[in-house]
Amino acid sequence: MNKGRKKTIILLSFAVLVMWNFSWALIPLYDAFCEVTGLNGKVTQSSSAESSMTAEGREIGLQFISHNNAGMPWVFKPSQRALKIKTGALHEATFYAKNTTNKTMIGRAVNSIAPSNAKNYVKKIECFCFEEGIELKPGEEIYLPIKMVVDNELPKEIKNIVLSYTIFDSNIKHNLIMDHDSNHEMEPSL
Amino acid sequence: MSAVIESHDHDDHHHGPAEGLTRWLYTTNHKDIGTLYLWFSFAMFLIGGAMAMVIRAELFQPGMQIVEPEFYNQMLTLHGLIMVFGAVMPAFVGLANWLIPMMVGAPDMALPRMNNLSFWILPVAFFILLSSLFMEGGAPNFGWTFYAPLSTTYAPPSVTFFIFSVHIMGASSIMGSINVIVTIMNMRAPGMTLMKMPLFVWSWLITAYLLIAVMPVLAGAVTMMLMDIHFGTSFFNAAGGGDPVLFQHIFWFFGHPEVYIMILPAFGITSHIIETFSRKQLFGHTSMVWAMTSIAILSFVVWAHHMFTVGLPLAAELFFMWATMLIAVPTGVKVFNWVTTMFKGSITYETPMLFAIAFVVLFTIGGFSGLMLAITPADFQYHDTYFVVAHFHYVLVPGAIFSIMAAVYYWIPKWTGNMYDERLGRLHFWLSFIGVNVTFFPQHWIGLAGMPRRVPDYALQFADWNMVSSVGAFLFGASQILFLFIVIKTVMGGKKASPEVWEGARGLEWTVDSPAPYHTFSTPPKVS
Repeated sequence: MNKGRKKTIILLSFAVLVMWNFSWALIPLYDAFCEVTGLNGKVTQSSSAESSMTAEGREIGLQFISHNNAGMPWVFKPSQRALKIKTGALHEATFYAKNTTNKTMIGRAVNSIAPSNAKNYVKKIECFCFEEGIELKPGEEIYLPIKMVVDNELPKEIKNIVLSYTIFDSNIKHNLIMDHDSNHEMEPSL
Repeated sequence: MSAVIESHDHDDHHHGPAEGLTRWLYTTNHKDIGTLYLWFSFAMFLIGGAMAMVIRAELFQPGMQIVEPEFYNQMLTLHGLIMVFGAVMPAFVGLANWLIPMMVGAPDMALPRMNNLSFWILPVAFFILLSSLFMEGGAPNFGWTFYAPLSTTYAPPSVTFFIFSVHIMGASSIMGSINVIVTIMNMRAPGMTLMKMPLFVWSWLITAYLLIAVMPVLAGAVTMMLMDIHFGTSFFNAAGGGDPVLFQHIFWFFGHPEVYIMILPAFGITSHIIETFSRKQLFGHTSMVWAMTSIAILSFVVWAHHMFTVGLPLAAELFFMWATMLIAVPTGVKVFNWVTTMFKGSITYETPMLFAIAFVVLFTIGGFSGLMLAITPADFQYHDTYFVVAHFHYVLVPGAIFSIMAAVYYWIPKWTGNMYDERLGRLHFWLSFIGVNVTFFPQHWIGLAGMPRRVPDYALQFADWNMVSSVGAFLFGASQILFLFIVIKTVMGGKKASPEVWEGARGLEWTVDSPAPYHTFSTPPKVS
């Protein structure tokens, strides 16, 4: 085989390899991109919340909403659904969760914020949504804490912030087997 | 070693193909492999078409008549997968195999054995995919876009077979494209500079680069699905810290270039045919090349226009809207070039030309509805309605498929040495043309009126146009049997074709005999 052909083949095979790796690199890239821009509305733990706690600013509405992912039987709800808070002040809230089943389960809460451009101004010092999993024994209940500050720099046009939490069953294997068995007659889930 | 083989080829100039069935199994001849690809894609076209007939029969009237909703979803999914990966793509690869070596004056493809392999793994892939119909839980039912978690958490067990078959199809495409690029870059006849290359060759060069860039990403996506389903990872599962929206980003990063993979070779074919039957040199050869290149580059930065409604931030929606609209510029350049080529040409309307003109008109309609869908706020209404179905069928059926049919009519005298039956060809064209428009044009209206896609049943107000659409689909489906008949008739015999075949034809493939000898251009021609 002549040299030119060999070179082209090697280059193209290399390109295939690069693109294969790129498809896997998309995962951390996606996470990093969302982290930097706040596009998927996931508020991450903030260490610099103190700098936001300066003078008390204007009053804004804060709303908590909760969802159970399909097949997640826990009771999961905010202690207080809507409230008025001041920017620049520390605020504490709790969510109530109860394992209603007769087996020990691990739940995982995923958070989201609307509008998404408020993301960089909401500083969470503590949140149960940073935990990898919340383990509850049968019938156990718990109050899950959130400590947060909304920065005074919050854009003027934002008057209300909605924080949403979805609780998932962390035991994915169990989920899959259950779904396969009930595949034929899938009832509207819980 | 290779020198010995080459000299052997030179001495034994006139030997033909091997005898018997093993000829097709072991062949490394680009013409044989091209034929195999074309017949395979035709078979897949008929199978996928039969599934479309099931879909349209169920939608003929509101209410559930013929199939269960679960089976309807399987038909819908397999129809999409088979038409995209089994019909359109292999047909273009078949054309590439037949034509590229002859067009650039090369004796064969650069890697003939890999060529054989890349074809023969395809039937395996589709055997696996189709066999899932007979498995417990049925075939894949999540749509050809296989969004997670429909394709992971909620998928039927046969999804693993689907994943494996996609891996094989991907491997086949990647090998095919490496072959195409190496052939084009290294085996052109002396004097054929890149800018002198025929447009079909150019369009395939660009397509092959797109395939190499996105097929590995598709393979990555299905591998992640496989790991989510069987190995307890959570790439697309929020419960484990993953994100189902990530799936859509990865899929459409593959998916948007993929739709251009299915249309760029059509641009090349159309350029050749319009040039020939207008008896004029193509207007704007260089601008055609640049238009295709810029369409290919832009295809990588518009993927999120498929997912405007997932909750993208405003800035992203604006970016993807404008980037998408920008594609209309190079596409417009191409359409104007084709029209300008026809302008004041002495045009005759043989079957390939009819298909090519229909391509230009109907593809432009599909392009315009694409522009409508690109408008973000409007897309919130159109998203997941029959308007989208109408749009992509307009670019794929009278777009990609018509161009393939045009190519078959145009080059079949070169392949078989016989002219096809012109009267039957025109009949096939008109039946297809009417069928396609009756099928898909009303879907614009029922889509705008709010009928969602991927449903086996619908509200009463959509009944009339659905019935019209189904009638059109049956007509279109039936007329493809005529196409099969015409092709078989031409293979069996017919008026002998001259080497030039068409009066105004340009290009090296018309300088060899009809039918093209088993080995062509063993010594490269001179291109001035």
